[in-house]
Amino acid sequence: MEVARKTRQRRSRLLLSLIAAAVALTAFGSVGAASADEIGTDEYDYYFAGNVKYDGDPLEDVLIKVSGGGYNAEVVTDAEGKWKIGVPEKDKYDVTLDESTLPAGVIVVEGQATREAEFGLTNSAAVNFFLGEGVRVTVSVFDQFVERFFNGINFGLMLALAAIGASLVFGTTGLSNFAHAEMVTFGAIMALVFSVFIQLPLYVAIPIALILSAGFGWALDAALWRPLRRKGVGIVQLMIVSIGLSLALRYVFQYFIGGGTYQLPGSSADNLTLFGSVKLTATDLVSMAVSVLVLLAVAFWLLRTRIGKATRAISDNASLASASGIDVDRVIRIVWILGAALAGLSGILWAYFRPGIKWDMGASILLLIFAAITLGGLGTAFGALIGSIVVGLLVEVSTLWIPSDLKYVGALVVLILVLLVRPQGILGRRERIG
Amino acid sequence: MDWGTILSNTAAWLISPETIAYALAALGLAIHFGYTGLLNFGQAGFMAIGAYGYAISILSFDLPWWVGIIVGILGSVVFAFLLGIPTLRLRADYLAIVTIAAAEIVRLLFTTQAFDEYTNSADGLGNYHAGFRAANPFTFEGSVGFGPWVYNANQWWVRIFGILLVVIAALIVWALMRSPWGRVIKGIREDEDAVRALGKNVFAYKMQSLIIGGIFGALGGVVMALPSAVVPSVYVTSLTFFLYTILLLGGAATVFGPIVGSIIFWVIMAFLSNVLPALVQVGALPFMTTIQAGVLRYILVGVALMLIVIFRPQGIFGNKKELTFVK
Repeated sequence: MEVARKTRQRRSRLLLSLIAAAVALTAFGSVGAASADEIGTDEYDYYFAGNVKYDGDPLEDVLIKVSGGGYNAEVVTDAEGKWKIGVPEKDKYDVTLDESTLPAGVIVVEGQATREAEFGLTNSAAVNFFLGEGVRVTVSVFDQFVERFFNGINFGLMLALAAIGASLVFGTTGLSNFAHAEMVTFGAIMALVFSVFIQLPLYVAIPIALILSAGFGWALDAALWRPLRRKGVGIVQLMIVSIGLSLALRYVFQYFIGGGTYQLPGSSADNLTLFGSVKLTATDLVSMAVSVLVLLAVAFWLLRTRIGKATRAISDNASLASASGIDVDRVIRIVWILGAALAGLSGILWAYFRPGIKWDMGASILLLIFAAITLGGLGTAFGALIGSIVVGLLVEVSTLWIPSDLKYVGALVVLILVLLVRPQGILGRRERIG
Repeated sequence: MDWGTILSNTAAWLISPETIAYALAALGLAIHFGYTGLLNFGQAGFMAIGAYGYAISILSFDLPWWVGIIVGILGSVVFAFLLGIPTLRLRADYLAIVTIAAAEIVRLLFTTQAFDEYTNSADGLGNYHAGFRAANPFTFEGSVGFGPWVYNANQWWVRIFGILLVVIAALIVWALMRSPWGRVIKGIREDEDAVRALGKNVFAYKMQSLIIGGIFGALGGVVMALPSAVVPSVYVTSLTFFLYTILLLGGAATVFGPIVGSIIFWVIMAFLSNVLPALVQVGALPFMTTIQAGVLRYILVGVALMLIVIFRPQGIFGNKKELTFVK
């Protein structure tokens, strides 16, 4: 796990060095200097502190970051080179010194820019970095681009798993399902329950999680959506019901697993160097392979099987499909089961990508799922696939130019812009926007 | 269990700044959703703009507090234009997704490190109260009041200022909805094409509705910011969902619905947050920890929202004939 986390952090650090260079030219150059040298020390009881010095001289405005257990904070050193960061739990954290904020010619001793820090008996711990003279080795922009490109494809593929289900549900029932995000979380939490809490091996736990996800989709349809369809409830009403369901489920998850972040076993796979300095983990590769295989299977199902064809027929025109002898209710039930299973799988893969499982993890990509289906064309499964990959690439690759905490903004802005010029999306048809 | 404390803590929420802020924002939402039929899921964004507009103008630009409120309002008008131009021609559920995305963009922009100098990123803003408190007409010392409502001069000033805003907003909504403008708005909700056929500019009416409701949202954000601080994690999409719960509880196309809905919502939330942990402590809920008891009330909000929409979509005060849901 630690390795995976560190590599992600390194990515963002490299990114920050780029941004720092870009931003220094603009009005926000003073951002670092304006913030305080202490953060989170009022809210939390535990803190890390340190002193950044080189040759006995304090270094000002050096960026220090702490992350771990879902918590992130950063601070810059003051005129005496001191910094202090409060953390919520007495636990292990990764403390990173952002090398790009050091003066020219000064670097951190090889491999020590990110250090794992933990507390002893007291509520505070000192973290100091060994600085030396040297030249930074920077990764070329092209290598960074390739690395992010792969990450973007990976993220896009797992987004597609979730988005196709949501898109099929929209196509067949007209419902924009806000609770789809919770089906993503559900899959991840079930994998967590069976692999970590009950300690089954992963190859048993994940299939169980997927079967339960499918069952969850069936149960939701049978207990809630089917009766509401029978009742003839309008689509806006259904949408608000799905919001209520999303809130309720989200907090049910929090009720049972609390507010913390959990890791699945095997999330600490080693880095494999593809070429140059482009690195991916084995988990990334497996995850991509799984996504591609499953998506191909779904495509085959949609194009070649009777039920798949019936699904597309209902998406096109439900009454006509019904009149030609298709059992609409049965197909919708299958769509719910399939959509929930795909969402569950996407949740498990995403738990490795993030990394970590949290009660509101699904809710944080809900808008990206919506962006993907709207981009591709509401209700079209292949549109959702294309939309997802576009969104995934956009989110990951855009971090080359914009701060990583704004990476979702790019995707959401594109969503709005697409609606301006082509409201039916990439593969949608004009009539759908009504 | 100390029922006296529980009930008094609960009653305090009748006129808490949060209740007032949510009532204002829900009134804005009533104009959008209840009267015009616009599915605006970005009310949290309007509130964030109001709160940050107020706090940033005071902290970064040294403007007086009332100019801060005007800045918040102007910000929300600009946001309404940015939001409305691309989306108001689209179908209801497109509008929903775009507005929710826009509100999230606003929140992320306020939370990012990039603008830390102005927004203090994830830590939020505080200490901008001097101007507002200097304008306080109450000068009494110590705490005044009766029963559970005992507050000092500043606390009373925030509450009374907020209540005044709610009263003015409610009067405006009432007056607007019995004017010709209001009839056109309701017509758009019922049948957009029919209104268009009468020669009305539907897009312009929708835009005006979005702006007015957005201003109420921004004022809600200001009231939320008045007593203590601007906390960025408040303005998430759940805030909008809670506002919808409030609105649908009271009745979407009513003047008093959002206000009463907000009071009911917060009083029940406060009651549960007091009574559930107390029940856990006396051992009445053996399967639960006090933290879980705190989470339980949010589960109930979700369930309540579903039940209201399914079984009483017109809310407490609403008229079944004036159902605002698109068929």
